[in-house]
Amino acid sequence: MEYTLLILLLPLVSFFVLGLLGTRLKPCVAGWIGTLVLAVLTLVAYVTAWEYFSMPRVEGVYATLVPLNFEWLHFTQNLHLDLGILLDPISVMMLVVITTVSLMVHIYSMGYMNGERGFQRYYAFLSLFSFSMLGLVVATNIFQMYIFWELVGVSSYLLIGFYYTKPEAIAASKKAFIVTRFADLGFLIGILVLSFYTKTFSFDLLTSGDSSIFAGAAGSTFLGASVISWAMALIFIGGAGKSAMFPLHIWLPDAMEGPTPVSALIHAATMVVAGVYLVARLFPVYYFEAPDVLVAIAVIGAFTSLYAAVVACVQTDIKRVLAFSTISQIGFMMVALGVSGMEGHEGLGYMASMFHLFTHAMFKALLFLGAGAIIHAVHSNEMDRMGGLRKQLPVTHLTFLIACLAIAGIPPFSGFFSKDEILSAAFMFSPWIGWTMSVIAGLTAFYMFRLYYNIFWGKPAVHEHEPHEAPVNMTLPLVVLAAITCVAGFIPFGHFVTADGLVYDIHLNWTVAGTSIVIACVGIAIATVLYMKGTNPVPTRLAERFKGFYTAAYHRFYLDELWLFVTKRIIFGYISRPLAWFDRHVVDGAMNGMALVTQKVSWAIRGLQSGQVQQYAFIFLLGTLIIVLLLLYV
Amino acid sequence: MEEIRMEYYLIISTLMLFIGIYGFITRRNLLAVLISVELMLNSVDINFVVFNRYLFPDHLEGLFFSLFAIGVSAAETAVAIAIIINIYRNIRSIQTRELNTMKH
Repeated sequence: MEYTLLILLLPLVSFFVLGLLGTRLKPCVAGWIGTLVLAVLTLVAYVTAWEYFSMPRVEGVYATLVPLNFEWLHFTQNLHLDLGILLDPISVMMLVVITTVSLMVHIYSMGYMNGERGFQRYYAFLSLFSFSMLGLVVATNIFQMYIFWELVGVSSYLLIGFYYTKPEAIAASKKAFIVTRFADLGFLIGILVLSFYTKTFSFDLLTSGDSSIFAGAAGSTFLGASVISWAMALIFIGGAGKSAMFPLHIWLPDAMEGPTPVSALIHAATMVVAGVYLVARLFPVYYFEAPDVLVAIAVIGAFTSLYAAVVACVQTDIKRVLAFSTISQIGFMMVALGVSGMEGHEGLGYMASMFHLFTHAMFKALLFLGAGAIIHAVHSNEMDRMGGLRKQLPVTHLTFLIACLAIAGIPPFSGFFSKDEILSAAFMFSPWIGWTMSVIAGLTAFYMFRLYYNIFWGKPAVHEHEPHEAPVNMTLPLVVLAAITCVAGFIPFGHFVTADGLVYDIHLNWTVAGTSIVIACVGIAIATVLYMKGTNPVPTRLAERFKGFYTAAYHRFYLDELWLFVTKRIIFGYISRPLAWFDRHVVDGAMNGMALVTQKVSWAIRGLQSGQVQQYAFIFLLGTLIIVLLLLYV
Repeated sequence: MEEIRMEYYLIISTLMLFIGIYGFITRRNLLAVLISVELMLNSVDINFVVFNRYLFPDHLEGLFFSLFAIGVSAAETAVAIAIIINIYRNIRSIQTRELNTMKH
């Protein structure tokens, strides 16, 4: 399957062509080049997936293929960095997800970004992102993953800051880059610690289940936890940064300053699940070597999920609501991984997490693209500028509704199946986490329908132009994604991706499923009562009644302010400033002092070099006289 | 007639040398400085002749050397005056204190 190299080459070539020749091309030509390359790429990914999953299983497991691997940097026998392509069920699944969503976003952007300045640049960056993300998922070793991990960070930075004349966009792009980069520091240290003890970067060896490679770390502990636990926890911090886990989530809501299709592609469907993918990729290591970290992941995931769901309930910017909902859903995936086991039914969480990643990518991309169409129509992100749009935007309305139902967990849409599996896994692990996640699922249904009703129902806002449906190149991706959302739930996902690789038949646990449907319906019902007419005074009254809580949630519980306090006051004030003082006064001071002394001495003795020959002669004579006297009398 | 003792010549030439040195250092006029230089040269010439006459009467090297030195100093004076004239043409002054354009 050497042709899988095309998966990396095509977007890279497209990036260089568009990036170098972009300004010479007409915008629509650049758009078509990017889209066509992506279409071919999608085709290659589908063929890869088809061929991979139609291979016969070996001992009931899909073989892990490495069609390509070469040594990129050789340091020593043990230490060498490889680049290659690794195909296993999750990477193939990710290839399908990324190329599908990316293709939809490419098509959609032709309409959405039409006439924007820097249209060609936009497509060049999209190609760069596709390249980096695909490189990330097919990485054969953890270091290659790290390289592409940084590359997606860069392309995310470039795309968030696409409107580089807007101060908010610049601030958001910097924030996203700095926060994720800060988390990646943990990732890098984790990689180094892990590979120091295991003497390998390769995923193949790390996840082979062969515990002998961890023998080197046996007995090494640090602050009461084994070094492997520390390494895996640090690696998870990297994943938490990219996947916007609490408390490193602060960049994601701000990242909504970027163009909406970018939010759909990067900040909803693909890049933000890189952390989940990372944990899934290293899952055997977590499970066998660092089970304590896995529990921590579950707890952090659950807390993040709850936090984000609460915040999402009170936001008024529709993209912010979707951003927090993304954080919340990624929390679900993390919980599922955290509660998962390895064998058979125990490994349900792993399968559920990957399943939810798949379905979530589709319906969340759909939600964002729908939001883009709405913003395109009303030229605002704020909910109160919308309302009653279901007549003007029929296609967007219908597809958005499908996505809302999917994320709320109503059968037969895809979100129901994946979320149900997550809930089952959570209940299997502990009823506490199970009930928490169920409540969050209810909150999800509530805030999504609050969003839905505020946009499409209620009293229409006054618009300068009559809102009109988006052009066909924007509605087509919506329809395609909606269709996928309708049917994706019936994919026998357990036949493709499971923790131990063996076939697992999904069977609905109707106690859990029934509960979750009831909770989702309650959430939707409350939202319907409160927001459908748009005239119900209860929401305002509730907001008045719980004013403190409402304001706190609206300000995301002041976490941004907390971070600012920590960075600006504590780190800047107590670390950076003394360091700056030291640099300015001691380091620079030494240099300046030397210069100053030289200068002063020069001033003092410059009289000697007067240019007056007579003075020179006088001094010369004086010197001669002194020498003569010395010779005579000493 | 008693011969004039060598020391008297030497005293004269020493006086001339130091007057020349003093003039070289203190005079502000380039011409006066030049005259001082000539004084020093001449005092040395006197020394050559005197030492030759008193210490080595059979030889003539000292006499010839002083003649040679007088010739050189005449040439040197010609060059020096040419320089001074050029300086005067350029800055309308031959005061040493005003010859400081290279300093700035």
